[in-house]
Amino acid sequence: MSPLLIGLYVFALAVFVGFEIITKIPPTLHTPLMSGANAVSGITIVGALFCARTADMTTANILGFLAILFAMINVVGGFMVTDRMLKMFGGKK
Amino acid sequence: MKTAVALMYLVASILFILGLKMLTRVKTARNGNRLSSTAMLLAVVATLLDMGQVDYTFIIAGIVLGSAIGAIMALKVEMTSMPEMVAMFNGFGGGASLLVAGSFLFENVFAGNLAFGGILPMDTTITLFISVLIGSVTLTGSLIAFGKLNGKISGQPILFPGNNILNLLLVVGILGSVVFVVGFNEDPNIAFTVSMTVIGLSCVLGVLLVTPIGGADMPVVISLLNSYSGLAASATGFVLGNNMLIICGALVGASGLILTQIMCKAMNRSLANVLFGGFGQADSGG
Repeated sequence: MSPLLIGLYVFALAVFVGFEIITKIPPTLHTPLMSGANAVSGITIVGALFCARTADMTTANILGFLAILFAMINVVGGFMVTDRMLKMFGGKK
Repeated sequence: MKTAVALMYLVASILFILGLKMLTRVKTARNGNRLSSTAMLLAVVATLLDMGQVDYTFIIAGIVLGSAIGAIMALKVEMTSMPEMVAMFNGFGGGASLLVAGSFLFENVFAGNLAFGGILPMDTTITLFISVLIGSVTLTGSLIAFGKLNGKISGQPILFPGNNILNLLLVVGILGSVVFVVGFNEDPNIAFTVSMTVIGLSCVLGVLLVTPIGGADMPVVISLLNSYSGLAASATGFVLGNNMLIICGALVGASGLILTQIMCKAMNRSLANVLFGGFGQADSGG
């Protein structure tokens, strides 16, 4: 099977997992879930890391550096902001 | 080594699924978020292991600087401004996908002054442009959403006659450019120009998709754009042949779409009504 086909299999199955895990969700968690999922979409960091493998000042590398910067802002900011929101719910454990 | 990295990616994917699932219950939400962030750390470590010995200057600089900026933004933001902060972070995520695609284009095509014909497999080129399109729309759309919530842009729906037709023309223009550059073009200069045109048109599309929507509907829009940024990450996964990226992107894309629908239902409206309604809610912006 070609990598593209395997990718499509993986994609389709993951989409269904994504549909299934969000079922009943209390309205108070709408914004935190949105924020948490947003942080997860910063997974692009994995792609970004590959784009800045050398320290040459080529356009590709500089764009790669910016990609890492943007993705890390998304990831770290996203997770921290989500945690701050959830902390408000009385720190339930 | 490759097997170890692949297994780490698998564990990270599973942790992301569990983390998102836990985010849907009040009791487990906070730990779910922590689980997701652990998964992210694992994914980054696995990727660094996968890359082996490289020059880490840009990587370390990007990680340190980006983490610091993200942390400061997250700590300083007022509790009341959370949705606009999420919009801002989402814009950065979309921007990152666009930049990854751009970097890939420069390294493999433009730097060698090449055209697309025969250089990249066609499926890679197509997924690359999907990544560019969704990444750009997410970037500019999120910035507009941020501006509307922030009050920097009027929360009123800004609608001009033919807005939707113009959007349609933009989509046709983008698709046409991609088909042209993938299928028919052998000239490096045209390949570059058309690629930049696709980025430009996609950015304009992102703006025009969000400006007609009222400020009060922005949370729904942000949720939808968040779903888009997941799909952009997935497209990047196809370009790089990385299954974990595909999985996480698809997860965010799908769960974001469901959440968007739930939020619409809570307002007793359909998604189409929110996106193309262009009326009502005008006075409650911000």
